[in-house]
Amino acid sequence: MTTSARSSASRRPATSRPATTGVPAWLLVIAAVGALFVLLPVAAMVLQVDWAQFPALISSPSSVDALLLSLRTSLTATAACLVLGIPMAMVLARVPFRGRGLVRAIVLLPLVLPPVVGGLALLALYGRRGLLDGALPVAFSTPAVVIAQTFVALPFLVLSLEGALRTAGDRYEAVAATLGAGPSTVLFRVTLPLVVPAIVSGAVLSFARALGEFGATLTFAGSLQGVTRTLPLEIYLQRETDPDAAVALSLVLIAVAIAVVAVAHGAGEPLRRRTA
Amino acid sequence: MSLRLTASLAGRGVSVDLALASGETLALLGPNGAGKSTVLGMLAGLVRPDEGAAALDGTTLFDLPSTWLAPHRRGVALLAQEALLFPHLTAHGNVAFAARATGLARAAARERADDWLSRTGAEAVAERRPAELSGGQAQRVAIARALAAEPRLTLLDEPLASLDVGVAAELRLTLAEVLADRTAVLVTHDVLDAYLLADRVAVLQEGTVVEQGPTREVLARPRHPFTAEIAGLSLLTGRRTALGIRTDDGLELAGTESEPIGAGMPVTAVIRPSSVGLHPAGSDGIPARVTALEPRDDLVRVRTDRLTALLPAAVVAELRLAPGSPVSLRVAPEDVAIAPD
Repeated sequence: MTTSARSSASRRPATSRPATTGVPAWLLVIAAVGALFVLLPVAAMVLQVDWAQFPALISSPSSVDALLLSLRTSLTATAACLVLGIPMAMVLARVPFRGRGLVRAIVLLPLVLPPVVGGLALLALYGRRGLLDGALPVAFSTPAVVIAQTFVALPFLVLSLEGALRTAGDRYEAVAATLGAGPSTVLFRVTLPLVVPAIVSGAVLSFARALGEFGATLTFAGSLQGVTRTLPLEIYLQRETDPDAAVALSLVLIAVAIAVVAVAHGAGEPLRRRTA
Repeated sequence: MSLRLTASLAGRGVSVDLALASGETLALLGPNGAGKSTVLGMLAGLVRPDEGAAALDGTTLFDLPSTWLAPHRRGVALLAQEALLFPHLTAHGNVAFAARATGLARAAARERADDWLSRTGAEAVAERRPAELSGGQAQRVAIARALAAEPRLTLLDEPLASLDVGVAAELRLTLAEVLADRTAVLVTHDVLDAYLLADRVAVLQEGTVVEQGPTREVLARPRHPFTAEIAGLSLLTGRRTALGIRTDDGLELAGTESEPIGAGMPVTAVIRPSSVGLHPAGSDGIPARVTALEPRDDLVRVRTDRLTALLPAAVVAELRLAPGSPVSLRVAPEDVAIAPD
């Protein structure tokens, strides 16, 4: 990015858009089909919304409980992902050790594991007859929801951050060290500021994954209104009894997800530009 | 001796032994891949040698296999060819970062940053971010940052190599000022850097020091082809004859010896390109073939398979020289400096 583009205007003028360098036409067609494949179902659902009933549908006590619980647990899980995931990504990206590939594969396991299986695994550890023998009695409580969400969301943060750390390289860190900065100073003042965009996007991905968590939560935390019944669970239950409410709540979930992504993108953008 | 390094790293074919007095600047010369940057890396703590030891002002930097001081505890700052300014901080923030790392409080660090930015002529760009700086400005800030860390040893890895000629010339003067009383090691390809910035030079070839000593002495009387090359001189090796030198490939030249040398002893002869006359092939002189022409302003360095000559561009054009042209070279005996090898 050039100096003038940065200082003169916050938005790039349309004329600076680079000329396309010959993407084949058939590729555009397939890409459009792909975009529609994603967009059409969501659009169809939006068309099904009963707008007259909408406020009533989403303000029932069980819906409000589910929405607030979802927001609370997802934000907590995102924070947990940051606290655990940043050190994990640092170790994977910066500390050479034997078996690093294996460790990475294990860390990414929740990504490929069916969520229900993840929930069973959590039960096997924390459950009443689990390995910890109920020493940490969290199953079927709100903390269990957070644990389940963190379990499935953590790989998203680790994966995106490790990639960014590798791409950024360790040259700035080496310079900082030769200037006399200790490892913690280097981490907080050089390494992490340089990968803030990746931390933000990793956190957004983790939050979105936590917000949508269903299988592991249901298996490990159950479905108690106000305690463990998050929005996805509520939607699934409502689908049986009141499909209109399920659709309305789905729209709320989409709106929350879009809002979070937009806010995070807006917050990350200046940093991204600064460090580009 | 203030700095002493004896270390080897088999993986990069490096085995060096260097010493430097306090306040002196050492220029590390050598062809690409000779191991110059590896030596700097060892001193900075970024490259770990297989074995060896290094000490700086009485502090052991490493003494393998038992002792290894982490880079941030060495007081050794590294300035690379790229400025590598932290992109998320302003120029001033970058310099203050280094000052803070020495333990200064925030306000004092800001003051020291101001001071170094003005000493390196970068105060005007203090509040800019690295992406908004030209190459020369960025390198000025990088110099300020390195010195704000108050290093006991400053390492410079071709700090001017990526800059335009004019910018490099200005920055070279700045470096000469700020490095004057500092212990520093400078990797360079440029003989001007060596003359202006370094008290001593060490020539590195294939990972070992082949020549070292005071800058002027080494560059005026090179004993190694690479040294002669970088000093812009022609170097012949051979044996002493009654008149001068007979090279290993049979060339005989009359010369002047610096001290009496017995016939048959191994000697070197150093010849300045400006003292070599170049004439059409077939006339008197040493038959040679042009290998390369290197224009420098209005002069051309004419490299041949024997000696290098320095001629006005007009003369080169008149003689219609091109790589491969046969020529005759003449050099007066008083311009062939013969010394014991």
